[in-house]
Amino acid sequence: MTNCFHCGDPCLDTVIEHKEKAFCCHGCKTVFDILQDSDLGYYYDLDTNPGISPQEIEGKFDFLDNPAIVEKLLEFDNNTTQVVSFLIPSIHCSSCIWVLENLNKLNKAVKTSQVNFPEKTVRITFSCENTTLKELVLLLSRIGYEPYISLENSEKKEKHIDRSLIYKLGVAGFAFGNVMFLSFPEYFEVEEFWLDQFKNMFRWLMFAFSVPVVFYSGRDYFTSAYKGLRSGILNIDVPIAIGIAVLFIRSTMEIIMDWGTGFFDSLTGLIFFLLLGKFFQQKTYSYLSFERDYKSYFPIAVTRLLRNKKSGVREEQAEVYKIQKGDRLLIRNNELLPVDAILIKGNALIDYSFVTGEAEPVSKQSGDKLYAGGKQQNGVLEVEVLKPVEQSYLTQLWSNEVFNKDKTGIFQSLTDSISKRFTVAVLSIAFLSTLFWMVVDPSKAFNVFTAVLIVACPCAIALAAPFTLGNMLRIFGSNKFYLKEASIIEQMAKVDTVIFDKTGTLTTNRKNTITYEGIELTQIERELLTSTLRASNHPLSRSLYAILDKNNIQTLDEFKEEVGKGISASAKNATIKVGSYAFVENTSEKMQIKDTSEKQKKTTVHISSNEQYKGCYVFENEYRNGVSEIFEALGQNKEVIVLSGDNDGEQERLEGLLPDGTQLIFGQKPDDKLEFIKNQQQSGKTVMMVGDGLNDAGALKQSDVGIVISENINVFSPACDGILDATVFKNLVPYIDLSHKGIKVIKWAFLLSLLYNLVGLSFAVTGHLKPVIAAILMPLSSISIVVFTTLATQYISRKLRMDINKQS
Amino acid sequence: MSIIYVLLSISVLVAIIFFIAFIISVKRGQYDDTYTPSVRMLFEDELVKEEASHLENKENKINSNN
Repeated sequence: MTNCFHCGDPCLDTVIEHKEKAFCCHGCKTVFDILQDSDLGYYYDLDTNPGISPQEIEGKFDFLDNPAIVEKLLEFDNNTTQVVSFLIPSIHCSSCIWVLENLNKLNKAVKTSQVNFPEKTVRITFSCENTTLKELVLLLSRIGYEPYISLENSEKKEKHIDRSLIYKLGVAGFAFGNVMFLSFPEYFEVEEFWLDQFKNMFRWLMFAFSVPVVFYSGRDYFTSAYKGLRSGILNIDVPIAIGIAVLFIRSTMEIIMDWGTGFFDSLTGLIFFLLLGKFFQQKTYSYLSFERDYKSYFPIAVTRLLRNKKSGVREEQAEVYKIQKGDRLLIRNNELLPVDAILIKGNALIDYSFVTGEAEPVSKQSGDKLYAGGKQQNGVLEVEVLKPVEQSYLTQLWSNEVFNKDKTGIFQSLTDSISKRFTVAVLSIAFLSTLFWMVVDPSKAFNVFTAVLIVACPCAIALAAPFTLGNMLRIFGSNKFYLKEASIIEQMAKVDTVIFDKTGTLTTNRKNTITYEGIELTQIERELLTSTLRASNHPLSRSLYAILDKNNIQTLDEFKEEVGKGISASAKNATIKVGSYAFVENTSEKMQIKDTSEKQKKTTVHISSNEQYKGCYVFENEYRNGVSEIFEALGQNKEVIVLSGDNDGEQERLEGLLPDGTQLIFGQKPDDKLEFIKNQQQSGKTVMMVGDGLNDAGALKQSDVGIVISENINVFSPACDGILDATVFKNLVPYIDLSHKGIKVIKWAFLLSLLYNLVGLSFAVTGHLKPVIAAILMPLSSISIVVFTTLATQYISRKLRMDINKQS
Repeated sequence: MSIIYVLLSISVLVAIIFFIAFIISVKRGQYDDTYTPSVRMLFEDELVKEEASHLENKENKINSNN
């Protein structure tokens, strides 16, 4: 089999030979021609088969004729030059970067275009006197890079990137380096004339460098400690803040009183290392978003029909937010319905896979109610709006208070729980040793008191969790499990209840298992069936066609497709009917319910040949690999529940597949799922929700750990804490185990850093803490913690990595 | 030895200049995308080569015509 020169897909039905190259479709060939004509053939030298087959839908971008919408998309506009940023999910290789940055060869009006590969965006500056935004978008779509424009784009967000941590880290690192140089001479305490001469200046310079570090870089520790104290929690930032404050005050006093050189080097180093830990903990997957809601799924504009007595019906591209109750809308093939509406005209075949994860479309009749989030699959519809976008059945879910709550910071982390005991211990040691020295040698008391607080500053403890979790975040990421932030790992280790959604989570979106029940078809009937299905575009026809033999395709004499019912066809005196039971048997709806009440809940396609009923094909969802094993393994120490929005048609099959005692709950609406999880949590459970569709959005948000299964991580998934690539679904259990091991590593690291604190304390309590000892001990403990956690996390994940190597 | 005042102030000044340069580069977003520039850097060279060979071909044609 030949592969397409442009996109690399195998050429299935037809191979288009063009300029000695093979293409799978005309779209690919067209892109090749466009690029060749503009001297952009280098595109194919950078990467083999880099292209994407273009899919153009007539009129899809007509809304860009509406200046109000265009204005919302533009980043900058001065009437001659416009700047726009597009999200292009299909960006995937260096060829993509190259061709998109050479757009000016395809359209002269483009001034510059710049790709941000990790974010999959392109920023285009163009002269709007020579081209329009719509032309630009159409050009991009024509070469296979269709921009993704959704309702989210219409809200002009302030693009605020928080870079303050980098600034703080920069300030701390800069000061740390300089202070180290300046304090170096005094480490040796040589009685030297020139050194004595200038040491005051050196010390005050160090002081000057330390001031911004304490008051700017270290500010967060003070505010966090203050907040913690106010709410009665001794978090890890309390001893850190005490340490920083004592270090600064004592060092300043030392140089004022000329007692010594102070601890400015340890002070700046401490803050630098702490911030480094914070920085390392942040690992962002810029092309993934964990904050999406319905707005990233919904279109920005929709076609509104305006009735005018004089000129009749007029079409208008209207912003989705401006749609009112009672408006008439035109929904084209493959367009998403953004509102709840009543079907007026047209044959509706609505695909609710965005909402429920259910792949199979539902057909609706005129007068039926259509819910927002459905995608029309069959021709043009006219609908009347019942509820505008923000009040629709689906989007109302987002008005639940759970979406306004910030999940992070509610739970107490491991570090915080240890810091409470630690702080109490350190403070009591400090006071006891001060008391002791008050009696023995009062001149040393102040020295000892401050020294204890300095050396006990839990730098290493504070670093243990960020580096362990940061490492694990990266290990998970390289194994296709993308987490929003490091604290999720700690939460994951605490989970005792795992709730799965059924459709789209336990089942795959793509394939169906199809079985035939009834009288066996003859060879002629089979051939006729294949030929009939070939002509139909209904999704069920297509998936059935895919599994049948494709020999002897005949030309049909007659072919008729009735939407929502079925197909009838004839060839060579034989007739065939394919479709619903009622259609095939010519019975009324009531009869159908009576006869096939059992099969009703399942998806079936019935066949009759020459007006004689033959049987039906039953479509069943295909479950992902390893579902039984996962439930088996999880069931050992956790409660496992299946929470499905579907009817209970699959109950028997699920019960056979899953271990006994697994709770199965069907018919759950999005709100019900959310409430169910809330109830579980109120009874003291820590819940992990594994879901996929928008209907799980509330449950994902409410749960302690919300994981989304995604067949394609570039496609959008609802707001969650982590995204799991569907190909590694069976690894879910090892991943949870790994999070347990990670917590163990943190505990060992705590122990290690406590040892350092003990060594330091022995110096401090006896009154021998010299700046040089602090300056050695502090970085040594921090670095050894970093090394230990890195090695330990690599060690615990070795099995996972070995599996990956085996697979590749 | 008072030259040390001059040296010190110069060294601190130089360090601060670099520090300001760092802050400005962060502010302009130079660290926001650390991947694409590394790929983009490789394009330019190849492009020039290709155009050069293009020109050569043309010249060859002209020459052979003569």
